Amino acid sequence: MRQIVIDPVTRLEGHLKVVVAVDAGKVVKAEVVGTMFRGFEKILAGRDPRDAIFLTQRICGVCPADHATASALALDDAFKAEVPDNGRLLRNLMLGANYLQSHITHFYHLSLPDYVQLPEMAPFTPHYTGDFRFNKAANEKLADHYFQALVIRRKCHELVAQFGGKMPHLASIIVGGTSQNANADRIKAAKGLLEEISTFINTVYEEDVRTIAAAYQDYFKAGKGSGRLMTYGAFPMDAAGRQKLFARGIFAEGKISALDPAKITEDVSHAWYQAQSGGQPAELSTQPAVDKKGAYSWVKAPRYDGTVVEVGPLARMWMNGMYQQGISAMDRIVARMLEAKLMAGALDRWLNELDLGGKCEAAVEIPQEAEGVGLTEAARGALGHWIKISGGKIARYEAVVPTTWNASPLDVAGQHGPIEAALLGLEVPDADNPLPVVRVIHSFDPCLACAVHLITANRPMTEFKI
Amino acid sequence: MRNMDRREFLRLCGATGATISLAEALKPEIAAAFAGPKGGKPPVLWLQGGSCSGCSIGLLNSVSPEIAEVLTGVISLNFHQTLMSAAGEQAMHVLTDVQKKYRGEYVLIVEGGIPLAADGKYATLGEKGDQPIAFSKWVKDLAADAKAIIAVGSCAAFGGLPAAAPNPTGSVPVSKMVSGKTVINIPGCPSHPDWVLGSVVHLLKFGMPELDKHGRPKVFFGRCIHDLCGRRKAFDRGEFATRLSERGCLYKLGCRGPMAFADCPERRFNNGTSWCVAANSPCIACVEPEFPDKTGPFFERMPEYGPEGTFIPERKPAKLTGGNK
Repeated sequence: MRQIVIDPVTRLEGHLKVVVAVDAGKVVKAEVVGTMFRGFEKILAGRDPRDAIFLTQRICGVCPADHATASALALDDAFKAEVPDNGRLLRNLMLGANYLQSHITHFYHLSLPDYVQLPEMAPFTPHYTGDFRFNKAANEKLADHYFQALVIRRKCHELVAQFGGKMPHLASIIVGGTSQNANADRIKAAKGLLEEISTFINTVYEEDVRTIAAAYQDYFKAGKGSGRLMTYGAFPMDAAGRQKLFARGIFAEGKISALDPAKITEDVSHAWYQAQSGGQPAELSTQPAVDKKGAYSWVKAPRYDGTVVEVGPLARMWMNGMYQQGISAMDRIVARMLEAKLMAGALDRWLNELDLGGKCEAAVEIPQEAEGVGLTEAARGALGHWIKISGGKIARYEAVVPTTWNASPLDVAGQHGPIEAALLGLEVPDADNPLPVVRVIHSFDPCLACAVHLITANRPMTEFKI
Repeated sequence: MRNMDRREFLRLCGATGATISLAEALKPEIAAAFAGPKGGKPPVLWLQGGSCSGCSIGLLNSVSPEIAEVLTGVISLNFHQTLMSAAGEQAMHVLTDVQKKYRGEYVLIVEGGIPLAADGKYATLGEKGDQPIAFSKWVKDLAADAKAIIAVGSCAAFGGLPAAAPNPTGSVPVSKMVSGKTVINIPGCPSHPDWVLGSVVHLLKFGMPELDKHGRPKVFFGRCIHDLCGRRKAFDRGEFATRLSERGCLYKLGCRGPMAFADCPERRFNNGTSWCVAANSPCIACVEPEFPDKTGPFFERMPEYGPEGTFIPERKPAKLTGGNK
């Protein structure tokens, strides 16, 4: 048996380490370790609730629009704000355009170097060797697209900035809607950018995913993980928010059923946090415990009804009935691309629905005592923010993010998180070049800065629900 | 094209919004003039500590020059966790190799705060004999042999978000880890790619840029946002927005422009697309050492503010601000 430690796992957001043991060419042990902690929730306590939208964006520079959206939804809920139509559409546009940025960056700049050889210079050297399957011409074409995609992903951010001021860390999502309204110039500029981005997605991106999928078909059988999927749903299509672009649900044991947020709990049995048995929150349990025995990660283990679930684009496309071919490393890559196509179309629709002269911002007042929950979908999967306001200030703030679900460590019942489960049994023929390991991890598009939070142990997340 | 002198370079750095500026300064023949050791490109190590990667993502948004040109033609980005192909030990060897091979010749860039509490266990990178190595140790070691040290983003420059009260991880900025060397601070949450690349190029071609008292290059951080703002006239006329989506100066809605020094209003972000105030959102002074604890609450009018030692009258200066909130 040979132990492989990859620290850091690169080409993902944040600090991740993985330890796998390989026996007879197969992974028999897998530990996924978050190696960085900042304690955002503690920093938020005592501040003006409206600031949470700006501050929580700083959890992650890859998905700030996503955190801004979840935070705004939690505040809308707590403030009882009714977001006007333009506010809803502009929020959809900013989050959706960041999906495109995120998905394109993920495929070309974070994943592609696992399958394609890039120019022999830093930062592309050194690299693992061995299982690169393309001939020179095919390899060169894909490598060229790495650089072409750098321009396209930049333009996705320019699309967000048309309405958000800047990206990363946009400025215009506020409680009750958006600060910036639509105007003809911005819409025109956004349409121009979207057309170019859509063309790239529908031609280059789609074709490149097909090329990779055809050459690496064995990855449709690798990296299954938990086999259960979960979505919160996102992108309200009408004022009442009844229709959403992405449905909410749970896929388990072969069928889709309704999600009950009351069944979401967090487990810290193997994470560096003080645990509090019995499920009741206590102030002391919100402390990190750096030398805790048996713990090995800064990532906690959220569970749904005690079970392990995967979140992300594959879960969303699955719940929408748009892609149900399988759950594997390559299925995740394919579903992400298909979702980008869907999103590009949705952005065009929302741009057309904007009402010049319509309102974008609702009048709001800071409540003295209130609670709110914001459930949405980040590019990487289900994202929830919970806020409790007391005396007009933030009394408690909590975020449970996609990578916390996917990169979670063992729980008290001994169940592995989705990425760990996806690595177990994986064939790794060459332990010196563990390409299959990084391919499977990258298929989840982990975002570790998001995943690591200071949390309260074993508390049902619905506690803050009104 | 003739070789550019420092003054002309600074002029181009300041020439915001135009298609020239930095790209002009990076034409290949000029790039050749600051070739790194052994005729190669200058080696750069970019470390991420208690960070959100926003400054890295922001760097990818560079348009003049295009980031592809930077990566393939200007610098040798030997270590960058988000971009490099190598992983694990292979990646960690790059750090030690560059340190040995290019002692005194590589540029160290740090993004994110440096957590010191709990023996540095809040951020680790790589391991030695099963023991994780604290991020702070890397910064200290690599800074010792670097040609120059650049702290990118407000977390690395001043502490920023992770160091905000109650600073749960005991985060400190890069300058606290380095002694006897100047750290160039490029704050911003995130920093603008022009600020980062402009400073790198100045450093490689002309040496240390002129810095202000906070270690920021004056060419980018020498002027007050309030003075550059397109809504300054509205402020002077006393036209204040009462809601964010209205027209008018955002001063009474919390704008920190008067205490923030950067060229955002002229340079704008994302290829000149926009910036915070253009999106009707108050400046949160993210480039200042006081961010975020003393630049918030972001939607409340800022307290009277001036350079240290400024006389602050008891009475609110109603005339200057156009009335109280």
